[in-house]
Amino acid sequence: MSEAPLAVEMRGIVKRFPGVLANDHVDFSVRTGEIHALVGENGAGKSTLMNILYGLLHPDSGEIVIDGKTVHMAGPREAISLGIGMVHQHFMLIPVFSVGENIMLGREPVTGPDFFDRRRARAAIEDLTKRYGLALDPDARMGDLPVGLQQRAEIVKVLYRGASILILDEPTGVLTPQESKELFSVLRDLVKVGKTIIFISHKLKEVLEISDRITVMRRGKVVGHLITKDTNEEEIATLMVGREVLLRVDKKPAKPGGVAMKVEDLTASSDRGVPALKGVSFELRYAEILGIAGVEGNGQSELMEVLAGIRRATGGRVLLADRDITTMDANTERDAGVAFIPEDRRGTGLVLAFSIAENSILGRERTAKFSWNEFVLKLVAIRDWARRLVKDFDIRTPSIDVAARNLSGGNQQKVIVAREMGGNPKVLLAAQPTRGVDIGAIEFIHRQIVKERDEGAAVLLVSAELDEVRSLSDRIAVMYEGRIVSIESPDTPEERLGLLMTGGGTRAGAA
Amino acid sequence: MTALSDILHLLVTANLWQATLAAAVLLLLPALGGVVSERSGVVNIAMEGMMLTGAFFAVVADLALHNPWLATGVAMLAGALMASVHAIVSIRFRADQIVSGIAINIFAAGLTVFLINRIYGLQDVGHVTQSELLPDIKVPALDQLPFIGQVVFQQNVIVYVALVLLVLTHVVLFQTRLGLRIRAVGEHPMAADTAGINVYLIRYGAVITSGLLSGLSGAFLAIGVANTFVPNMTDGRGYIALAAMIFGKWTPFGAFIACLIFALGEAIYANNSIIHISQYLLSMLPYLITLIVLAGLVGRSIPPAADGLPYVPGSE
Repeated sequence: MSEAPLAVEMRGIVKRFPGVLANDHVDFSVRTGEIHALVGENGAGKSTLMNILYGLLHPDSGEIVIDGKTVHMAGPREAISLGIGMVHQHFMLIPVFSVGENIMLGREPVTGPDFFDRRRARAAIEDLTKRYGLALDPDARMGDLPVGLQQRAEIVKVLYRGASILILDEPTGVLTPQESKELFSVLRDLVKVGKTIIFISHKLKEVLEISDRITVMRRGKVVGHLITKDTNEEEIATLMVGREVLLRVDKKPAKPGGVAMKVEDLTASSDRGVPALKGVSFELRYAEILGIAGVEGNGQSELMEVLAGIRRATGGRVLLADRDITTMDANTERDAGVAFIPEDRRGTGLVLAFSIAENSILGRERTAKFSWNEFVLKLVAIRDWARRLVKDFDIRTPSIDVAARNLSGGNQQKVIVAREMGGNPKVLLAAQPTRGVDIGAIEFIHRQIVKERDEGAAVLLVSAELDEVRSLSDRIAVMYEGRIVSIESPDTPEERLGLLMTGGGTRAGAA
Repeated sequence: MTALSDILHLLVTANLWQATLAAAVLLLLPALGGVVSERSGVVNIAMEGMMLTGAFFAVVADLALHNPWLATGVAMLAGALMASVHAIVSIRFRADQIVSGIAINIFAAGLTVFLINRIYGLQDVGHVTQSELLPDIKVPALDQLPFIGQVVFQQNVIVYVALVLLVLTHVVLFQTRLGLRIRAVGEHPMAADTAGINVYLIRYGAVITSGLLSGLSGAFLAIGVANTFVPNMTDGRGYIALAAMIFGKWTPFGAFIACLIFALGEAIYANNSIIHISQYLLSMLPYLITLIVLAGLVGRSIPPAADGLPYVPGSE
């Protein structure tokens, strides 16, 4: 392995964006025939570095050496001709085009004056898919394919251009565990036939599973070169975040209090008008975290929305202490002490064009704290409040006037968490609180949720990550097809929870 | 009831359909330009202004050069020049494409009136003599076919050109490499860019093509259908072409069918002397149809995904 020549060498790469040094004298090298993982948190500069290698961005300084030759990347065309291919995090596919058209785009076989030669295109794709064992129907409409196959089309597209160096940017982010496994076996096969792979990720388990060597980036700099077989999750996480990170949640046993929220036989419909909740009942106590486990789409989203007052229940009751809040709207619920971290932070949780300060009082702008007579905003008080949240919740931003749009995903999520927790809620509804957020921020948000509990709040947690539900919850409610099928203790084996989540359990639910 | 039977009588006359086809071509040319431009991802509502500019320069050039072909060429160049303003503003400077389009339409209306005063003083623009107009051509033998002969084969030369361009646009967009790339740029410019396609070049080309086609339509209007220029003589045709493009779901033949429907309304209005409906009601017909179409009442059509969105390399 160590004698293998360098396929890629990037030396002293500097790239500055307004206000950010995205790449700060980055040295990065990849050997021919290896799977090299590039890891780092969101905003560490991984994608910037790879976009530079692929010619989409131009470095302010630094040089790029490909197969021993110094090159100038004027654009993707040069990168492609040098054998570099990139599978982007957000696929570069056109949903209304066929698979064949997508793969051929930019290097289309032509007949006559300029006619797109569908026959030769099909033959070329069949040849490629056979050679690499990546079955695909060239005539299928791209938008109709599942995500796993779309990614496969992206890989074939890159191979069709003769790539010998493949860059994969967060390739598993959109895949199911099964699809990820398939992807890994494809990658191993590609390395066997001599391809070099750069694998960008922040999922450490995967990185350890698939890579040969690892380069770690933090805040625009390379902070470590590791050999996969000599390292472990903790070491990588520490390098990524810059301090020791607890991958497990540290919490004391719960001391649950009285019933905070009581849900009785709740029913509701989904956006498409189909019953999504078919009689959900449970009790949520003060000073406990009740986690809801379930495969996405089994009514968890609808449940949270009904409880938060943004979806109408079709039947049943929700009691907050002894007050019926079933038909209350979001404002009234918020005033009653229910806080809500929605699962869609960009669509529901934030107004992206608003500043952090403005976002920090969304829904609370009428309170006496932030306005006079619900009319004139107390701007000074709002700014003080926002500054305090930024400090308490470690939101990384140059100022509170930065638009939410310009924050990283983790920091956007922290703004929501800060706003919702900052008001000391009685009940906290947290839907996918760490989705798409990087390790450092996940650890932070988890600690905040536990802290809320310890201060006496009742927390209802929904997460698609079973690990998260298991490590945070004091009790786990398993949801399947709009019902809570069982309530389990957090040390229930993963296998049993998995079985219950797919409708397999038999034991009746017991609190 | 007499009105209805009047219309029915009118609908079986070859005269009406002959006029309909000619009127449809006036709309079809800018509509085709719109299809090409928007398929590449640049919203183009400036066809009205480009057409008006084309009409003006066609007359000016014809009066000066005494050659309708050269005049048509000048008109197309004038349209292309207006289009390149729209292209630079919306592609290079990433301005709002609707605002840019409206600005060009207003600018064209002002520019032509201003130039009339500068060039011709307070007099009329003047009339192009019959021999220097774009000629009508009867296709030998075919023009003798019953009904069809008069409708299709006794038309102005530009009508035949437009029908060829209709087929050509369709073939280029949907059968060729160039068309695939134009559509890719309009759907997902970053996907096209990462595939090594020059997004800007394609977009400039597409917008300027729309200018050439609108200019051609302006020439047909000024020195084919009419023989002079009067201020605002395009009379909203560029906008109706826009509606036809949307109605036709951004396809050449779809747009053509929409143009025929709009043109039929116009032709019925032009023949209003023989039917007994208020001419004011009839004059509303093309615009009424346009409104109904734009409100999406006749099937929802989906524009290219990146239509109207400026492309910034490295971002989606």
